[in-house]
Amino acid sequence: MEHYNMNLTLKVWRQKNASDSGRFETYPVKNISSEMSFLEMIDVLNEELISEGKDPIAFDHDCREGICGACSMYINGRPHGPWHANTTCQLHMRAYQDGDTVVIEPWRANSFPVIKDLVVDRSAFDRIIQAGGYISINTGNAVDANAIAINKDNADAAFAAAACIGCGACVAACKNSSALLFVSAKVSHLALLPQGNPERKTRAMNMVAQMDKEGFGACTNTGACEAVCPKEISIENIARLNREYMMAGAASDK
Amino acid sequence: MKWSELFTSSIGKKWVMALTGLFLIIFLIVHAGINACIWANDGGVMFNKAAHFMGSTVVIRIAEIGLFLGIFLHIIQGLMLEFQNRSKRKKGYAVPMGNKGSKWYSRSMGLLGTILLLFFILHWWHFWVPARFIGHPELTELEINGVHMHNMYNLMQYTFQELWVVIAYVIACISLCWHLIHGFQSAFRTVGVSNAKYNSLIQNVGVGYSIIISLAFAMMPVSMYLGWV
Ligand code: HEM
Ligand code: SF4
Ligand code: FES
Repeated sequence: MEHYNMNLTLKVWRQKNASDSGRFETYPVKNISSEMSFLEMIDVLNEELISEGKDPIAFDHDCREGICGACSMYINGRPHGPWHANTTCQLHMRAYQDGDTVVIEPWRANSFPVIKDLVVDRSAFDRIIQAGGYISINTGNAVDANAIAINKDNADAAFAAAACIGCGACVAACKNSSALLFVSAKVSHLALLPQGNPERKTRAMNMVAQMDKEGFGACTNTGACEAVCPKEISIENIARLNREYMMAGAASDK
Repeated sequence: MKWSELFTSSIGKKWVMALTGLFLIIFLIVHAGINACIWANDGGVMFNKAAHFMGSTVVIRIAEIGLFLGIFLHIIQGLMLEFQNRSKRKKGYAVPMGNKGSKWYSRSMGLLGTILLLFFILHWWHFWVPARFIGHPELTELEINGVHMHNMYNLMQYTFQELWVVIAYVIACISLCWHLIHGFQSAFRTVGVSNAKYNSLIQNVGVGYSIIISLAFAMMPVSMYLGWV
């Protein structure tokens, strides 16, 4: 692909802290290489802001290779920007043309309160995992991988669900701010494997209960989550969780 | 899980929406089937007989209570779901996501449902309230094969002489169509029925059902207004 430079206008959400009401600031950025990543483009802007003695834009990032799920940005009306199955850190500036305007917002959901600028607090996801996203195994020596035979289709489906990186784009995209794609991925990858069986019922019930407690909305199957998920988690998982939850609920003593 | 969680947990609520929605889908087939008798070209004899039958047996009267319970649950739960979901994002986006990833009608179930609710009120006022409670000058009596019954056909023909009524009914049918195009397949997902083998079948049957049912209902007032029957 041919290399080119571009000038852009960024409109970025700036918010000093959780209690600040926040506003958009407009920044012109010049000479951005088409080979930069989106985050590198913001790094360039931040360098400038720092040299001018201004507060740089706060944003979450860690791996910058699409595996940690930290880089939450809602770019021109889409979580993680315009590319399919992609994270913000893996978005490259060749997605843009000279003269483009790019509006950058944080994830919006009551359960993901803004900490500063584009950084939101996603610890609600951690608490959902703590409520049931684990298995009880002996943590002695590693057991032989083939000691328990697992159907290949189930192994594949579990693996696909386990690819969820907890980025929160599904919540950000959902009109209901529902976290069901995330929760269904976390429930599915354990429910599909024999190792996940002992806690199968309590897991579905407890994780959903925690999800509701955190204040996420209820799923109405619009499909926006699946469309923006960087790991292409399928909404088949949501149907599975609906099933798991009702089976567990109907069969429980409590 | 406590039973109350059917009405308090997010997934429990969805199950209630889906089961009542599926129930309404089945009811609409019966309702449309009976009403289609107006096209029998017999001056409403077949239709009146069918309508009379729908009020005549205990079983159907009990089913009617079930129907009202189902509609009531679906409406209350639906409106609450809509309001609660809307409250989950106090600060919205400056650039809306729009159609990137979801269809407008999938995002508008609450709105489409509210149009349907307004229509139901009008519809009950037109037919159910006169037939069951207060009567109507145009709801005459007649005898078919020695059986005494209401002439619902006459009331229908009278009601659909007003253009605005016909337009209101047609708008409701269009809303129903979109509500069901999303709702039909969504209900299956909600009750956990989703796999690659059946999804396209469910999707296609859902679209077919939605269009046929809505078109059939919409043609009833239109046929009467235009004097086809
Ligand atoms: C004959 C009339 C109706 C039928 C056949 C019907 C059918 C359905 C179906 C099948 C669903 C999908 C359930 C799911 O996703 O699991 C649904 C959802 C819904 N309905 Fe209805 N409905 C009707 C009337 C209404 C009315 C009157 C309202 C509201 C006032 C309403 C509001 C809703 C809402 C808010 C949803 C939730 C959206 C969703 O979960 O996808 N509906 N309906
Ligand atoms: S399901 Fe997809 S969008 Fe949601 S948190 Fe996991 S990786 Fe991110
Ligand atoms: S920074 Fe880790 S996924 Fe983007």
